[in-house]
Formats: sequence, structure tokens, C-alpha cells
Amino acid sequence: MCKIKTFSKGGIHPDKYKITTDSPIISAGLPEFVTIPVKQHIGSPAKILVSVGDKVKVGTHIADADGIVSADVHSSVSGEVVKIEAVEGGIGYLEDMITIKVEGDEFEETINLSNDVNREIPYTAEEIINKIREAGIVGMGGAGYPTPIKTSIPEDKKVDTLIVNGIECEPFLTADDRLMVEKAEQIVIGAKIINKALGIQNAIIAIDENKPKAIEIISKITKTYVGVNVQVCATKYPQGGEKQLITAITGREVPSGKLPYDAGCLVQNVGTVFAVYEAIMKNKPLYERVVTISGDTCLHPANYMVRIGTPASFLIEQAGGLTPETTQVIFGGPMMGISALNLNAPITKTTSGILLLSDAVAGKSPETDCIRCGKCVDACPIGLQPYLISNLVQNNQIDELKNCHVLDCIECGCCAYICPAHIPLLDYCKLAKMELRKKN
Amino acid sequence: MDDTVLFSVMILGGIAIVSAIILYWVSRKFAVDEDIKVTEIESVLPQANCGGCSYAGCHDFATACANADESKFSTLFCPVGGQTVMDQVASIKGFAKVEKQPTSAVLRCNGTCQNAPQKVLYDGICSCRIAARISSGQTGCPNGCLRLGDCIKVCKFGALSLDNQTGMPVVDHEKCTSCGACVKMCPRGLFEIRTKGNNGEMVYVACRNTQKGAQARKNCKVACIACQKCAKINSEITIQNNLSYIPDSVSAEQFGKELSQACPTGAINYYCKKEETNV
Repeated sequence: MCKIKTFSKGGIHPDKYKITTDSPIISAGLPEFVTIPVKQHIGSPAKILVSVGDKVKVGTHIADADGIVSADVHSSVSGEVVKIEAVEGGIGYLEDMITIKVEGDEFEETINLSNDVNREIPYTAEEIINKIREAGIVGMGGAGYPTPIKTSIPEDKKVDTLIVNGIECEPFLTADDRLMVEKAEQIVIGAKIINKALGIQNAIIAIDENKPKAIEIISKITKTYVGVNVQVCATKYPQGGEKQLITAITGREVPSGKLPYDAGCLVQNVGTVFAVYEAIMKNKPLYERVVTISGDTCLHPANYMVRIGTPASFLIEQAGGLTPETTQVIFGGPMMGISALNLNAPITKTTSGILLLSDAVAGKSPETDCIRCGKCVDACPIGLQPYLISNLVQNNQIDELKNCHVLDCIECGCCAYICPAHIPLLDYCKLAKMELRKKN
Repeated sequence: MDDTVLFSVMILGGIAIVSAIILYWVSRKFAVDEDIKVTEIESVLPQANCGGCSYAGCHDFATACANADESKFSTLFCPVGGQTVMDQVASIKGFAKVEKQPTSAVLRCNGTCQNAPQKVLYDGICSCRIAARISSGQTGCPNGCLRLGDCIKVCKFGALSLDNQTGMPVVDHEKCTSCGACVKMCPRGLFEIRTKGNNGEMVYVACRNTQKGAQARKNCKVACIACQKCAKINSEITIQNNLSYIPDSVSAEQFGKELSQACPTGAINYYCKKEETNV
């Protein structure tokens, strides 16, 4: 096996807590109601196509992409549309959602439900991108950038490598890990499909060291597929960050303020690649995803295949419910996820996990003064100076912030994690970005 | 010995004379011709440099005043100095005095600890701008006051203070200069500059919640439920997005009391300087 690679600057090693590594993906079942947000991606919200009283099936197109940066939304259950209105989302703000009352489980006729693996790609590059668009696929790693736009490379740019991001560097989460173990061949074929859409021959599946099972299975399969290789990366946070991964694998650096294809790469999450396979080979729009439910106070941690729109509370009940020790519920990973305010909020295309944490894991220590130790500077994978940024933004010196390149911050949270004075540096960096954008 | 003293005095004196000539010449050559009126006007301005007049600072405002003709001058106003300062500026310019109704900032939320009880614990940085980005806040109201006091920190005139009983910032309408710093700072956009009546009366809807009535009331007792009762009293009042808005043109003197009494949830605030009461 080839050398283990990693990025050069910064990074941290948080405790892994990968409790659910060996739990197979099981179906979460159907809730009574699902609420499907029309905006589960970066960009403009989708236009609603259905009205109250309409009957829908699994896979019915219920909202249409509005503009270029947007994505289609499909029904994840069969039943009747009962409400179309603004409902509180995960962090308490109102979002437009379509509520569907579940009746039975009927699928659209076009969807191929068989489990056979199809290996021949019968479409041209253009057809592939169109089908990805019709399936409403967005980046499932967390950012939710619509995949068809990401896959359509501008003419003046050149991409030579597709990197499939199988690095799940956030503690607790194992959704991608299990997907790679259980759907290995589909992911490899998915990578071939995206390669065909891009017109390139080279795909690298990056997996971090602490997933030996996934590495073994995918390595075995890639032997029969020309042009797809596995690259093992070091277990380090944030190895799964797009720019960090490109640096680790190709040694190229994405310039400040530029996109991955300026470094000749395209990065796709394994969840997205699997969704692409399903959309192309099985005609299946994106209506379900793998969600890890875990945490130190979770009674039955597991990996679930969940329909989009399922309320988080439904999943939490399945996993044994909340305990008196649970003080925080997090949607996503503990480093970059959001602390949930409303547990009835739906699972979206980008929710990779639900974590039930106690104060022992998620509690905050009292903040003390900065001792200028520089640990945050060492930990920053971008090479920023978080202590300086926090000082400047607290003193409202916005003009000086421009020289700090704070807009390159990927909000990974390494600085706040490592700070011995427990200063919430990440929050200040986010504030700095906000103030700078406001000023420009 | 004598020579040393003499030479020193002569050399130093010579340098001094040459420098003086150069300095005189430079000051003449590079002198900035400034309108004497600008200096004059600037001397009567409060020198707060707050930007409340929408100019970069007091000097910038003074320049604008000096260059303004009569019609332009009537649109200029220094919120900090108020009527007295503007009268002085007018007399320097030789223009007629322009009467302006006094204004003040109001907080369009009444989600006190009693009206909108805390539901979740926020243990992050004590800053509204950060808290607003993380969640809808401790009360659950997505449009309400976060009660962390960014506005208090930004007020240069001590017109905002935190009421420990209610947990909310309170505007001192006497001290408020309408500079607008709080309007810009509040991430929820809860501050509004409103015109005072002859006795300092103001009437406004102290709520910006756009949720439907029942939903809004779940989080806060005094939320506007868009019942339209106020709109029946005065036709200028608009109801949009489940929220009533009283425009500045509605006379607080005339309708204030009636409106605040008609509101079933108590979302309409009526303030009168004479009675010093917030109804």
C-alpha cells in the first residue's frame, strides 16, 4: 500500500468516539408526517409545484429548482400534502416546508428498486449531468452545494482528478464509513459515472486510516476498475475539508478565494457519489440518506437509512429517546454541526448525524484571558491567526481585518478546540467574516 | 571662550532664521483654502463624530452645511445637537431657521423575561450578532430581542441601559439623539427612529414577529397577532406578514392612547413624556 498522506498545516486530533462503526445501516421506518424544506442547499429556495390536498408518491417531483444555483426537491414518502407553510427549522428560524401525511409506501413507477449492481453506464456526459439535476442531488457532506453545477466545469478551467471524499474526520459520525463498507461497488461505479461526466480517467477515493474495513473492501473492488484508486489519509481533523484533502492528495494548494477546480480537482462526498449512482442507474431521486445517531447519552446508537423530512424526534425515539443527562442535541458533527433548538426539525439532504451529548462531552469551560501561546495559530489548517482576528473584531477594527484573510476561514473549529483559555475563537472568526461581508 | 559662545549663538540663530523663512514660505505655498464658514459651523457642532447625520463626521457635515443652498439645507440635520445647534448653524449661514420635530429610537420588542420566558440555555459569547447566527434565541422567537445588549455597547450617549428586571434594553428618550447606531447594530432590526409628538408622544407596535398569531403567542405573551383591531382605528396602519405596522405619520397625540388600549395582546406601546409612562 502506498504512503499515508495528509495536509501540511495545522489540524487537531480530537477523541474519535466512533461508537457505531460496526452497526449496519438499518431502515428507520416511516413517521406519521414528514416536513420537507424547499431549501436544503446553498442558493435560492426551490419553487413549490404541489398544493394542499395533492397525492404524492415516493420520488414525486414536488419543488423545482429556481435559477441556476438551486436544486429540485422530491417527496420522500407516499401520501397527501397537508400543509405548505413556514415552519420552525432546526435552529428556530422559519423555513418554507411541505408537510406530507404518510399513507402506505408507494413508489413512482420509474424508480428501479432492485438491489442488482448495474455496471454499464448507458449515458453521455450531458445526459449524466441532466439526470443528476433531475434527481435533486446536492453535496451531502454538509455544505449542500448543488452537484450538477459542481460537475459542470467552466470552459476555461481544467480538471484532471476526481477525489471521492470518504474521510469522515468528525468524531461520532460513521454514516459515510458504513456506506463505503456496504455499498462499496456502487460508490466505485458512481465515481466512474462522474468521471465520464467530466471526461477524465482519474478518480481517487480518499479514506482515512481509522476505517480499515472500508479501505480493505474498496481496495479489493478498485482492482477491477481501471482509473479508480484508493488513497489512505492520516486520521486528523479537518482532513475531510475540501481544500485540505486536495493538498493532502495532490500536493496542490487551492489559492485564496478560489475554488477546487482552480487546483484541477473536483471533490465529492461518498454519500453524493452513491446518490449519483442511484440516480443514474436506478432512476432514484435523492429522497433518503444515511444518518448516524450517536452520542454519549444515546441509548441505542445506530446508522439509519432515513427518508428526507423525517422529524429528528422520530429518530431520537427510535434510538431510545433523550435521557436526563442529555443537555445538547447536535445536527451534524460535534465540530461543525449546529446545536438544535427544535427537535421536530426535519432531516435534510445534508444532515449526516444527530448527536445526543451530555455536559461531560459538550460542556463549556469558563473563558480566561489569552496567554498568547499561539496554539490556535499552529492548529489553523489555513494558517490564519485566530487570536488576532478575535481581538480585532472585538475592538471593531474591521479595516485591519481585511489583511487577515479571514474570509478563507473554513470554520472547522480547530482554534476554539485547542485554546487553553477556552476562548470561543471560532465564534469571533464567524463574526469577523460577517462584518467583513457587510462592509463590502 | 567668548568666541565659542558667539559662534554657537550665531550658528543656531542662523539656522532658526533660515527655518523660519522656509516654514513661512511652505505654509503660504501649501495653504489649504478653507471656507471660514466651515470652521465656524464646526465649532458649534457637538463633535461626537457619530455619523448620525449620514456624513462621515462633524467636519464632513460642516462642509456639507457650508456648501448647501437653502433647499438642501432644510434636509440637513444634526441629530445629536438637535434644534438648538441647527438654529445656530442657520444663523451662521444666514438662512431662516428650519423647524424639525424631535425624534428618538424605539425598541420594537417587548419580549421581557416575564412576557417571553427563556426556553433554552445559550452559553456562547454575550453578543447578539453571534447569537442570532447560531439560533433563534433563548426565547424561541425568531424575530425578537436576544437580550444580550449589543445595542447598549454601541450607544455613545448612554441612552440605552439594561433593565435587570425585564432583561431588556431600555431607551432613555431624553438622552437618545437618534444617531442610528443601534439601528445599524441590532441583528434583528428592532430599532426604529420615530418622530415625537409635541409632548414627546410616540406610538408603535412593539413586535416584529412574522409568525402566525397562535405560533407567535406560544413564545411571547405580547406578540402582535395581526388581529386588525388597530387598523380599524386608523386606515394608515398596515398589516403585512402577520404583523401590524403603525407609520410615523399616524399622530401619537391623537390616536396613541386609543390604539394601545385597543390592542388585545398589549403589543402597541404608547409613550408620553408628560406622564412618563409606557402603556
